[in-house]
Amino acid sequence: MNTKGDITVPLLEGRGLVKAYGPTEALRGASVRLDAGEILAVTGTSGSGKSTLLHCLAGIAGPDEGSVSYGGERLDRLPEKRLSELRRTEFGVVFQFGQLIPELTAVDNVALPLLLAGLTRADAHTRAGEWLERFGVRGQAGLRPGEMSGGQAQRTALARALITGPKIVFADEPTGALDSLASEQVMTALVHTARESGTAVLLITHDAQVAAYADREVRMADGAVVPVGVTA
Amino acid sequence: MSIRHILLGLLAGGPSHGYDLKRRHDERFPEARPLAYGQVYTTLQRLVRDGLAEVEGTDSDGGPERTRYRSTEAGARELAEWAGQIAPPAPFVTNEIFAKVVVSILSGGDPDTYLRAQRAAHMARMRELTAVKTAKGADLATVLSADYALNHLDADLRWMTTTAARLTTLTAEVDSA
Repeated sequence: MNTKGDITVPLLEGRGLVKAYGPTEALRGASVRLDAGEILAVTGTSGSGKSTLLHCLAGIAGPDEGSVSYGGERLDRLPEKRLSELRRTEFGVVFQFGQLIPELTAVDNVALPLLLAGLTRADAHTRAGEWLERFGVRGQAGLRPGEMSGGQAQRTALARALITGPKIVFADEPTGALDSLASEQVMTALVHTARESGTAVLLITHDAQVAAYADREVRMADGAVVPVGVTA
Repeated sequence: MSIRHILLGLLAGGPSHGYDLKRRHDERFPEARPLAYGQVYTTLQRLVRDGLAEVEGTDSDGGPERTRYRSTEAGARELAEWAGQIAPPAPFVTNEIFAKVVVSILSGGDPDTYLRAQRAAHMARMRELTAVKTAKGADLATVLSADYALNHLDADLRWMTTTAARLTTLTAEVDSA
């Protein structure tokens, strides 16, 4: 938890986010906060603005209106160099189809962020092997993404997203292309690892069984966050 | 739920006392409502009356005397027949959530707010069950029963989401008429 003076500052906060693509308003004043170490599910039907919200919060796209703050600092006021460093070291991102590099083996894919950060090839490979082990895919270390099952590829993508020790992992429908057993393995691996390392997760999903792995849920409809109802 | 067939199934593994049957039932069906002792003994007596089980003997082990039961051949046949029979797929739609939404629409109530609150309660229960099944060392019976409940709650949720969307459409149609 970050603090500024006496006021508790959320790890990440989006306020009044508006984002349009041409005439289509994907976000119409969405607000959301994520605390350190929290696993938050953002749910809603297709087209409700979930992915656009993730893009704005992760600094991939800038909102037309509203603000995103990370540890109390507004992303839109950061120099591009600092923002790009944040995205590389403190944010991890996983999409529905892991976005692994097809020409590289699993271990090379996972080692890549460490190589970019300046580690030697030997060190990066040793640590990548350890992370593949944590996600139960060490046996697939020498395979390329096309030679793995969907679930193995997603667990490899998660290892790559978490290896730099990010503060937040943004996961956009990480199990969207998987059957229920593979989905369960991916979610269990993600949640256990995030809890062990204190990483916060912003999880976009339309699947309630996936959302049930999170600590909390916010629900979107028509580009805004709607009340989820009060449990008596 | 047929308690007599479940007891026959537990007896298929070998003779047992009523107390052990209750304990084993609660272990095998961890998220189910625990069996009451009275229900176990009454059911065992009926199984004996119908020739599906019989008394094998009694043990005391220094404590109160306990009757040991075993399944009969007729019991084994009855069990095999029951286990292979299909369960009627939802013969009646009698669900409290469905009933509340319909009654609420009829009486001019607020089904949308109710559905949101119900959804939050369902999600909270799904988070509990997910934590139970993903806890380190959870056994297969626990995982299977949690999966069963999660899939049913998920089906309820999908119905609630569609219904909430239909309520909005319906209201819009009424308003524009």
